[in-house]
Amino acid sequence: MRKITGMSLARLESLQAGAAILALVLLWEILCATLKIQPWLLPPPSRIIRDTWEIRAVLPMHFLATLWAVVGGFFMAIAAGVPLAVAVVYSPLLRRIIYPLLLMLQSVPKVAIAPLMLIWVGYGMVSNMIIAATVAFFPIVINTATGLEAVDPELLDLTSSLDAAKIDIFLRVRLPWALPYLFSGLKVAVTLALIGAVVAEFIGADKGLGYLVLTSSSNMKTSIMFGMLVLLSAMGILCFYAVELAERLLCPWYLPAPTDAGP
Amino acid sequence: MHGTPRPADAPHAGPSAAPLISLRGVTKRFATRSGDEVLALKEVTLDIPPDQFVTLVGPSGCGKSTLLKLVGGIAAPSDGEVRLDGRRLDRPSRDVGMVFQRPVLLPWRSVLDNILFPIQMLGWPKAEYLDETHRLIELVGLRGFEKALPKELSGGMQQRVSICRALIYNPRLLLMDEPFGALDAMTREDMSIEVMRIWTERRKTVVFVTHSINEAVLLADRVIVMTARPGRVVLDIPVDLPRPRSLATEFLPRFREHAETIRRAIYAERRKTP
Repeated sequence: MRKITGMSLARLESLQAGAAILALVLLWEILCATLKIQPWLLPPPSRIIRDTWEIRAVLPMHFLATLWAVVGGFFMAIAAGVPLAVAVVYSPLLRRIIYPLLLMLQSVPKVAIAPLMLIWVGYGMVSNMIIAATVAFFPIVINTATGLEAVDPELLDLTSSLDAAKIDIFLRVRLPWALPYLFSGLKVAVTLALIGAVVAEFIGADKGLGYLVLTSSSNMKTSIMFGMLVLLSAMGILCFYAVELAERLLCPWYLPAPTDAGP
Repeated sequence: MHGTPRPADAPHAGPSAAPLISLRGVTKRFATRSGDEVLALKEVTLDIPPDQFVTLVGPSGCGKSTLLKLVGGIAAPSDGEVRLDGRRLDRPSRDVGMVFQRPVLLPWRSVLDNILFPIQMLGWPKAEYLDETHRLIELVGLRGFEKALPKELSGGMQQRVSICRALIYNPRLLLMDEPFGALDAMTREDMSIEVMRIWTERRKTVVFVTHSINEAVLLADRVIVMTARPGRVVLDIPVDLPRPRSLATEFLPRFREHAETIRRAIYAERRKTP
């Protein structure tokens, strides 16, 4: 009984949110028409949809270009970040060396590094991926290291009382223990990777949604810019939920039991 | 005299019985962050014969947990020596099972796989221990929960799983560090009965740390009282209450006497050190 009301409450809440968004879009449309706002300044939603639909033929190519930069950069960041976190946790020396370097790297605005990547790697997908990776990298390292160290000390007492091999402790205790931490880092990282990919496309690219934003801006095609912004946010949501789905599949024990009613 | 004849009558056994655990002048010092030294244990000398159920009582910080770590071979004494079955302990021994205050199960593993965890860590063939796992699950009354994840179990059930995990590789010595400390009072009493039942079926040497004087007397063949700063043994008495015991045992005059003796030992020490 309670469960049914809970579910319908959730549905009601999402309906409310949907209705509010729809109302805002309508208000936008009406305001643009009644106040006669210039479309290059603020195009009405109908115009955005129409203009974006007109270039639909080239959209998949640009969408996929950005998506590849995000996905590639994201996995590069994992491939570099997770082993680095392991190194930091297992070696006090590496920790003393790497942490200050990471902090320095983190305090440099990544947007400022991007032109340097162009010089080093050149234009193109690989360069975009690397820029996305440098932005996404930090939360992965920090969260993985935190997770690896969060293992219950009594559990480690237990493994040492069994005289267990280090590799077994790592693979069967520390790594699974760190997985939920890793995933909360990945959720932040994937969003950052998208920012990184768009920045990379701003600086030097001949395709991608970021590239379209930039070119439509210089051509005063504001409606296309808005259309690309919608597509970019859709991509961000898509990537976020893809990571969350992976989390559900890989660490089901971590998620609250379905009976737990969360806010 | 005891109603049931068994080797755990060891406090009455003569010095000829070879101890399973033997501590000689064991001292343990820790360095704190500020560089001061803390004396956790001071010259503890102790023999525990096989199959005895020993409880360790004392205030927080009296070095009970430190003592368990030394006996478990996961910490080394600063002075003195710890022997297990005559051999000097300088590394962890597979003859020791540990149960902690919290169950510390692996949250991603089922009850069955949590119990098999030590077998895997020891690199022993899992398949050969499946039957024993099921027997242990039966023994602690968790049948039907083999596939359950820890989060689906109550605190008492989780602690039963952790006891099974300590028993699966059949160690001769079981170290229990306030194993019921995190449980509510009623579950705690159930678990005391449970542990006595398990101990009757799987005879082991048990060193059991507790804050509860009643729990200490109810479970033990022998109660050791420790005091804090530095941690040392101030009382070591045999408990000559008949077995099997139940919660009704707590009403026996002899039980009260033991509890009183222990309480006096703890409070006498406390008055000395303000």
